[in-house]
Amino acid sequence: MANRIKIKKGLRIPLLGECEETLRGTVKSELVRICPEDFQGITPKLSVKAGESVKAGAPLFYDKNHPEMLFASPVSGVVTNIERGEKRRILYIEVKADETTDYVDFGSKKPATLTSEEVKQAILDAGIWFLIRQRPYDVVAAPGKAPRDIFVTGFDSAPLAPSYDFLLQGREADLQTGFDALSKLTAGKVFLSISPKSSNKGLREAKNVVINEFDGPHPAGNVGVQINRLKPVNRGETVWTLTALDVAIIGHLFNNGVVDLTRTVALTGSEVKQSGYWKMVIGTQLKQLFQNNVTEGISLRYISGNPLTGQKIDPEGVLRAGHSQVTVIPEGDDVHEAFGWASLSPKRYSAGCTYPTLKKAYRMDARVLGGPRAIIVSNEYDKVFPMDIYPEQLIKAIIAFNIDKMEALGIYEVAPEDFALCEFVDTSKLELQHIVRTGLDMLRKEME
Amino acid sequence: MKALKNYLDKIKPNFEEGGKLHWLYSTYDAFETFLFVPNTTSRTGVHIHDARDSKRTMIIVILALVPALLVGMYNVGLQHYMAIGQEMSLLNNFLYGLIAMLPLIVVSYVVGLGIEFAMAQVKKEEVAEGFLVSGMLIPMIVPIDTPLWMVAVATAFSVIFAKEVFGGTGYNIFNVALIARAFLFFSYPSKMSGDQVWVRTADTFGMGKGTVIDGYSGATPLGQIATTDAASFGEFTFQGITGNPLSISDMFFGFIPGSVGEVSTFAILLGALILIATGVGSWKTMLSVFLGGAVSVLLVNAFAQNAMMEMPFYYHFMLGGFAFGAVFMATDPVTSARTEKGKWIYGFLIGMVAVAIRVFNPGYPEGMMLAILLINAFAPLIDFYVIDANIKRRAKRATASLNG
Repeated sequence: MANRIKIKKGLRIPLLGECEETLRGTVKSELVRICPEDFQGITPKLSVKAGESVKAGAPLFYDKNHPEMLFASPVSGVVTNIERGEKRRILYIEVKADETTDYVDFGSKKPATLTSEEVKQAILDAGIWFLIRQRPYDVVAAPGKAPRDIFVTGFDSAPLAPSYDFLLQGREADLQTGFDALSKLTAGKVFLSISPKSSNKGLREAKNVVINEFDGPHPAGNVGVQINRLKPVNRGETVWTLTALDVAIIGHLFNNGVVDLTRTVALTGSEVKQSGYWKMVIGTQLKQLFQNNVTEGISLRYISGNPLTGQKIDPEGVLRAGHSQVTVIPEGDDVHEAFGWASLSPKRYSAGCTYPTLKKAYRMDARVLGGPRAIIVSNEYDKVFPMDIYPEQLIKAIIAFNIDKMEALGIYEVAPEDFALCEFVDTSKLELQHIVRTGLDMLRKEME
Repeated sequence: MKALKNYLDKIKPNFEEGGKLHWLYSTYDAFETFLFVPNTTSRTGVHIHDARDSKRTMIIVILALVPALLVGMYNVGLQHYMAIGQEMSLLNNFLYGLIAMLPLIVVSYVVGLGIEFAMAQVKKEEVAEGFLVSGMLIPMIVPIDTPLWMVAVATAFSVIFAKEVFGGTGYNIFNVALIARAFLFFSYPSKMSGDQVWVRTADTFGMGKGTVIDGYSGATPLGQIATTDAASFGEFTFQGITGNPLSISDMFFGFIPGSVGEVSTFAILLGALILIATGVGSWKTMLSVFLGGAVSVLLVNAFAQNAMMEMPFYYHFMLGGFAFGAVFMATDPVTSARTEKGKWIYGFLIGMVAVAIRVFNPGYPEGMMLAILLINAFAPLIDFYVIDANIKRRAKRATASLNG
């Protein structure tokens, strides 16, 4: 029986648009686009030129600071375009996909028989090292530094999030191989956190890992919360973090010798007509998914990811690298609500009690619903922040960029996603995740 | 509403960069966002937001103040007509109070909001809503007979020197309304305390003319017990302004001389219910103020030397500004301790200091204002120690893992 940890603080946002648990098919697009900005903390350097052919698993680019860290192409085909933005920053690399995917064969291996170095090299060579992230700084893990422990989250508690049990059906063998590989990479332990509802055998009966159950509302599924409860990150220590979905991709590499960046993606949100799951590789264009399947006549917000931490994309956009969810909600910029401060409208949702909560699920749009203010209300962030950290004080230290204070208050333990709920409930409407991201980036520059 | 929206959109270019009226942009924005929820959508971070914003928070506090305001206004009329020996209907009493109170409210809002709007424009920010509450609190905690120019001066002083110089709403150290009250108290003591200021005996705009009856005394119950010759509380009786004895229900429901906001403990408790139910005010702060007060009164009772020292704690809660301060002033999140543990200590200290000032300072029978202002100054220190415990725990954990 796994050790059960109860999370009391947090919030289940009653959002309309839960996903129906049905696999509806596979989505393929002719063009696949990979956006280097999805990989936090790296400086991309191209490995390919426009016009070159690549196989699935061959590198598209690498990290300037870690040339051994490659980033695999999810499909085979011809590189058609490298789109650059301001200061020649690479916006995306576009590959025209072949009809049938041609994979680079890395050869199947048994992690149990390999050394730590060989496992690491295999993942780096295959170009999927980016699946492993690290704390502090919440960036792609630096391969050179051995982690104290590795933490894997086995469920997603975000609003409308897909069920990992469903996504990992049939991936049990890959999961176990993935865990075996990870356990080679650390002298410490591999911690796997699951929800009390997790039923997938690959998770619940995984070997070579320490299993804990986390019971509670979002952000119980956030790996940062799990680390804070299990074995917090101290100054000078590094831990690596993954989702169970990424572990399965690593396991697949060792079992089959190929890089398969296919994700099962949940289409969610109040404006989606037919929700459900579709299989697609990362970088797939989503317009065929949206066509005739979203509310018409109002302006919409398309999100790759969940409504709290996802990335805003346009209707022509692609599935971004880390996501297994696509959400469509109303944009709301065409709504003019009179006297919102006095409103008793049952359509407005608040986590606090200043509005009556009358409905089970709400259709929320992307409006900020207020102007930015100084932090006024106290104990607002704490209520949705189940870590042994004072979030408000940490945010203030980050805004002031007081490094000593940030360290003292636990900056090394947090990632922007941990502040997503704080940002949601914030009456002062501050961009907390942006503040934390900027703070982490500046701190990393200062420290490394 | 649609026509109004169209009109606002039409005049908006005048207020934007390059427009003729750009120097009024903050004012325009304040009115626009007052009328319509801004339709700006999130740029970074979360895509959905809670419906509660700063405006909603402040409006709830004002709503919570309404019961105390209404009963207080009625009491102004009641005390006035008692003083001139006339019996009037409930409505008449209320009307008198209303027209006596309105000028104070108007002056406080016009002066305070005027400064806030101007400052917002200078800083190129949106107008913060903090003063909506402070502007209502100020007239509720000064004597009804305070001259309007004094209210104006005090409001201007506190908004500029207690709030704007610190950076505006959210950055002030001391409670803005209480600074206005303290400014008046120390600058014009004759108008702020004593027997003459708590009941309006003159007419207001010609309403309620009459001469004060014989035997009238405008002393507040707290003033009476602070200056009494009675050797013990048992020998002492509280008196109304006409010499009639005051019952506990008079004190609880608010039919005693005093400032508008503070008289009715019942109405204040209604307000407290609103604040607690909506989660806008911290029940921890409120409860700990009362706890701190009760503990120190019990201590004082044990060593009682005079009537004031013998007075039971529930009288302390019903008289003067104790309840009003606990519910509406101590809970101001900006000037209060911000950590949950800190709130218990912060409130408890306010209760203790307020009782200490009341009991041991014969010159000034009310202690709540000074107690809250004093502990406001200590709130950051209280938080510092609460947070420091967390910091020490983290440092200890880091050292332990380094050695182990």
